[in-house]
Amino acid sequence: MSAVIGLEDGTIVTGTGFGAEGTVCGELVFTTQYTGYEEALSDPSYKGQILMFTYPLIGNYGVSDECFESDGVKTEGLVVRQACPDPFHHNSKRTIYKLMEDEGKPGIAGVDTRMLTLNNREHGTMRAALINGSDDGEAAVQLAREQPKISDIDLISKVTCNEAYSVKSKINTSDKKHIVLIDLGMKAHIMDSLLARGMDVTVVPASTPASAISDYEPDLLFLSNGPGDPQNAIEATKAVNYFASELPIAGICLGHQVISRAMGADTYKLKFGHRGANQPVKDLSSSIVHITSQNHGFAVDNDSLDSTELYTTELNTNDNTIEGVAHRDLDILSVQYHPDAHPGPQDTEKQFFDKIYKMAGGDK
Amino acid sequence: MMPIRTDIKKIMLIGSGPIMIGQAAEFDFSGSQACRSLREEGFEVVLVNSNPATIMTDPEMADSVYIEPLEAPLIGEIIEKERPDGIIAGLGGQTGLNVTSELAELGILEKYGVEMLGTPLDAITNTEDRELFKQTMENIGEKVPRSKAISSLQEAEEVIEELGLPIIVRPAYTLGGAGGGIAHTKEELLQIVDRGIRLSRINQVLVEESVLGWKEFEYEVMRDSNDTCIVICNMENIDPMGVHTGESIVVTPSQTLNDEEHQMLRTAAIKIIRELGIEGGCNIQFATKDGEYRVVEVNPRVSRSSALASKATGYPIARVTAKIVVGMALDKILNDVTKKTPASFEPTIDYVVTKIPRWPFDKFVTADKTLTTAMKSTGEVMAIGRTIEESILKAIRSLDNDMDFEIKGRDDPETVTLLKTPTSERFFVIYEALKKGYSIEQISEYTGMDRFFLQKMANIVNMESQVAEQLFQNGEADIDLLLKAKRMGFTDSRIAKCCSKTREEINDIRRDGAITSTYKMVDTCAAEFAAATPYYYSCYETMCECKPTDRKKILILGAGPIRIGQGIEFDYCTVHAVQALREEDIEAHIINNNPETVSTDYDTSDKLFFEPLTLEDVMNVIERENPDGVLVQFGGQTSVNLAIPLQKELARRTDLKTKIMGTSPENMDVAEDREKFNQRLAKMKINQPDAGYATSEKEALKVATDIGYPVLVRPSYVLGGRAMEIVYDSADLERYMKEAVRVSPEHPILIDDFLEGAVEIDVDAVSDGKDVLIGAIMEHIEEAGVHSGDSACVIPPYDLSEDILETVRDYTRKIAMALEVKGLINIQMATKDGEVYVLEANPRSSRTIPFVSKSSGIPLAKIAAQVIIGHSLKDLGYLQDREPSLNHYSVKEVLLPFDKLPGADPVLGPEMKSTGEVMGIDYDFGRAFFKAQLSADNLLPLNGKVFLSIRERDKEAIVEIARRLQEMGLELMGTKGTAGYLSDKGINMEAVMKVHEGSPNVIDMLRRGDVAFIINTPTSRQSRKDGYHIRRAAVDFKVPYITTIQAARASVEAIKAMAEGSSTIKSINEYHEEIRRNN
Repeated sequence: MSAVIGLEDGTIVTGTGFGAEGTVCGELVFTTQYTGYEEALSDPSYKGQILMFTYPLIGNYGVSDECFESDGVKTEGLVVRQACPDPFHHNSKRTIYKLMEDEGKPGIAGVDTRMLTLNNREHGTMRAALINGSDDGEAAVQLAREQPKISDIDLISKVTCNEAYSVKSKINTSDKKHIVLIDLGMKAHIMDSLLARGMDVTVVPASTPASAISDYEPDLLFLSNGPGDPQNAIEATKAVNYFASELPIAGICLGHQVISRAMGADTYKLKFGHRGANQPVKDLSSSIVHITSQNHGFAVDNDSLDSTELYTTELNTNDNTIEGVAHRDLDILSVQYHPDAHPGPQDTEKQFFDKIYKMAGGDK
Repeated sequence: MMPIRTDIKKIMLIGSGPIMIGQAAEFDFSGSQACRSLREEGFEVVLVNSNPATIMTDPEMADSVYIEPLEAPLIGEIIEKERPDGIIAGLGGQTGLNVTSELAELGILEKYGVEMLGTPLDAITNTEDRELFKQTMENIGEKVPRSKAISSLQEAEEVIEELGLPIIVRPAYTLGGAGGGIAHTKEELLQIVDRGIRLSRINQVLVEESVLGWKEFEYEVMRDSNDTCIVICNMENIDPMGVHTGESIVVTPSQTLNDEEHQMLRTAAIKIIRELGIEGGCNIQFATKDGEYRVVEVNPRVSRSSALASKATGYPIARVTAKIVVGMALDKILNDVTKKTPASFEPTIDYVVTKIPRWPFDKFVTADKTLTTAMKSTGEVMAIGRTIEESILKAIRSLDNDMDFEIKGRDDPETVTLLKTPTSERFFVIYEALKKGYSIEQISEYTGMDRFFLQKMANIVNMESQVAEQLFQNGEADIDLLLKAKRMGFTDSRIAKCCSKTREEINDIRRDGAITSTYKMVDTCAAEFAAATPYYYSCYETMCECKPTDRKKILILGAGPIRIGQGIEFDYCTVHAVQALREEDIEAHIINNNPETVSTDYDTSDKLFFEPLTLEDVMNVIERENPDGVLVQFGGQTSVNLAIPLQKELARRTDLKTKIMGTSPENMDVAEDREKFNQRLAKMKINQPDAGYATSEKEALKVATDIGYPVLVRPSYVLGGRAMEIVYDSADLERYMKEAVRVSPEHPILIDDFLEGAVEIDVDAVSDGKDVLIGAIMEHIEEAGVHSGDSACVIPPYDLSEDILETVRDYTRKIAMALEVKGLINIQMATKDGEVYVLEANPRSSRTIPFVSKSSGIPLAKIAAQVIIGHSLKDLGYLQDREPSLNHYSVKEVLLPFDKLPGADPVLGPEMKSTGEVMGIDYDFGRAFFKAQLSADNLLPLNGKVFLSIRERDKEAIVEIARRLQEMGLELMGTKGTAGYLSDKGINMEAVMKVHEGSPNVIDMLRRGDVAFIINTPTSRQSRKDGYHIRRAAVDFKVPYITTIQAARASVEAIKAMAEGSSTIKSINEYHEEIRRNN
């Protein structure tokens, strides 16, 4: 089946379609990781985006159903050079073709992904449309141009949980802590890392008002990752302001941006974002550079920190963008990258989540 | 954070010595990168290496370059003279690591206050000492295969019960797994352990539980003194555990690991490098099975795999390692590829890389072809594609041998055996098995290979059938299908073969259909950042990133994989040609496929095309760039073979302006064609040995009789491993024609008079078509009949009269003129009874160019390139009628691979067998020869017992040698025949039994270590067996041995010179300065 992708700048690329038939719209973004397609496809932060892998062979080890970061595929569509029709792996249950089909999402293969990546790098992230079942490029370009900009879409409400739920840590410790996590589009391994350290977690929808959060009596408020522009996380921003001087607060990715904004910093859209498993982050206290997993299109503005009580704790050594902030007086800490890994390096998992446990009052 | 070290000014860098199995050109690549890297930070560099054929030993690469044996005491003397502040061990391979360990153990480093930079000594011990390695891993909770370190055969017997069979044997401190192996029976175990204990520097081997059949992965990790750790890339071996990773077909990145598994291994790798405290690059090998893993091995240094990782990702591991060891943090080192981002990131790639080893089995027909945990390959190729199929097919055609995916008609039992046994052929047998209908499951069961890769092989097979059936189904070519085949990596000729068309037809159809290759960049970051380095690979995509400039540009063909007969020397010549062009502001492009070399370093040329060296791949590059010229004379036989086909294709392609530059392909052809060449020589009245050719057995016997025995015979065509031989009588000739070649009118054999006892001479020269510059005249130590590539030789000649030298010069000039040489020419001659004969002329780069350049100070390859682009020798200031006169002697000696190839006969003959070379330099012949022998692992003894076994013909000549040895205080012993003959001459010595005469015999004495030196000249073929056993034992027990009377004579000179005085410690820079003063 033929398929086509059209960009707002008029670029048209045809290829072979797979997965579900139909049309999807979103920003075309690229990730440079070469493993972890199951994790990436199911990462809710990719909501509203069509995901393209720079690595040409995707689906090599099939789909195990054990590596999802949420309940299913969250990207709008998938762009690859080659999707593997005949994977072989001891855990594989189905092919990537079957996955996309089962999830009702379209994919396109046979694409010169490096050409599209270069286009993205030169001209910035663009709106796109992917049509599986047609080669009408003009129609795709039209759709790409007609859709709203990502900042104008409320993506968080599409991926947050419907109602609050609690998960008890199975760790046998006398010093259990309780975390309330505002679900802006949480990856499952954030939860896993909290539970693994003896923290019980109550997950609340993104729209939960601060007053309702108080009722859970948390030891720490945590803001998860999620899709889109942080300015759309209105209730979560309010919650941070509300609890700032009362509770320790921490966050990852979108959560980090929301916390920074609540503390008075600005955020801006990066030209083409950071997506991959090889992003270097320098810990300014030790000077060690850690390799991290990242997926974000917005960042906290370095200069805007001057007018706040936040300071930079970590920096990206590639482009000097902010990777972590902390508050001078309050118990507030957040990071832009994903210490929860999955996909990507686990180098910062221990350091970050041990710190969260301590912030929550844990003493182990 | 530690800043760059200011307490260190001068750094010593140890190279890796000669090319040998297990250690190829990769350390020239890493060493020369390190030199540049350190010097750009303002450090003074002292370099020591015994291998003259390297770029790193060019005098301009370091502040002082020593071409000296890599022996601790000698390096100690260099240290005493140079007083470096630090020494780097981790960039000279296993050799560099071992020598530095020894320098530390002998207290030399401490004595002169030399700090070991980078990897600490205990990290080396903790990885090389297998028992310590096991403990270190267990301390940090990493699993290793169950194992035991042992030092005796008795322990070996006991261990079987504990660990079961099969069992892996790994000697401590050896190179490329040398001496190790897989034992399936008790006998095998005892045999391997016995050998392994001897080869190990500390006489220890590790016997290890077998994880045969597990999958093997490698991680290239770097760490700086600040504790930042990054993984450069990972690699997946297609061959499962049991085959040394250097012998495996390897892809990068890993294909069959999911993220969870990849991160598990990555995390373990970082944990390990931190625990070991390594600063710089390190290679870690894992075995995995269904989500479980074991740490198999750690190399605490830059390795062959790191060269591959550097080329596969574009990340310069050696360059960065050099900066790390002087204290720089990764985030303070610039990523040389992007020139903007720092080196503290992990490369990611958007293509697939395949590496295939190149084995020497075509040269060693009797050697065991099974692949085990010890290396046997001499080199490797790498190929880049957008899919696995594409990169595999490109890698296979890069091998430049007769291995290809084809049907050989093997029957089922043979096919199954070949699938089950890892050999150099297995990958090709898989193709045939798939063609025959074997299922992927079956093949996976037999080979232990992951089905994922076999599926990719099946895709190639299926595409072939599809092309055959459908490409011209409707008369017209199906362009979509053609594009699919091209994108899978098929060449025009392979497609043509499938559907009975010619290559030209397919080529025209595809270009008419606008299917042309596109070039993508290797940029370390999958296009995330703009790259400044022009490193390209081809694929069939829509966008091409290679933008031709309008500068004058020239494409240089490289030499491909390192193999016997075509070694690093040709890469040296390629690099020099590039340097010459760039100095003239001409854009220099390289096409090559050997990941170990300097020529494929991204900053050597203006554009690097990492591609196979076939007509199509070269033409694709030419089509893209339309360069002004192509240089074919620097890359050895590989590129010379392309001269005529390229010229034909360029003539067909009137749209391209490209010309072959330098000596014309027609004249190159004349030199290769015996008959045409003989005629030209005869016209000029140049002596040559009588020669003839024969198309039948009868004719051959007649020609040989006419010429007179002994004769040198060889086939006029080359067929995998069929050899050249010296034949002494008609019976021998009949045997040769039965065993070695089938003679027919289509395939005649060439018969030359063999000049017995003649001295062979080599000349390297450059001509501009008008004048000739002779770089050096080399006198061979071994007599004519030993392949010139295997013979030791000396500059200047130590034993030739001025008359003979004048004739040699005269012939050289005449031949260069007759062949209208523009560029390099190498001529081989022989002299006997005052006459000079020309054996062959090669108007192209030769193996001896680097040796000549290092010895005489004349950069011949560079001058050749300058001449080719239009300079005259006169303009360049090289108008001199003879080679430079020298005060010093330089001896080239070769390195033979017999210790790595069980079963092969360690004897020299007309077929080349050596893998690499070393150079010894000093003010007299004896000391230079001694150094060369030392560097070639032949330590000539100043005392102890010398064993003599001499063939009839040489007995007269041995008398003087034996007498002198005895005078110098060495004890003699010999076989009954030799001892009897010599006592008749008044030299008394002990007679020892031959092997078949019972025990105790010479082998027993070798085993006991009672023999310090062996002189054994081989007898004729029929009674060679005994000699074979002695030579083989000498190799196996590491006793220096010599097989020619000439080398024996030279050894006596050397022993005498060394007994009388010590060796000279002087850098090449100093020697060259002397030459400049004297000429």
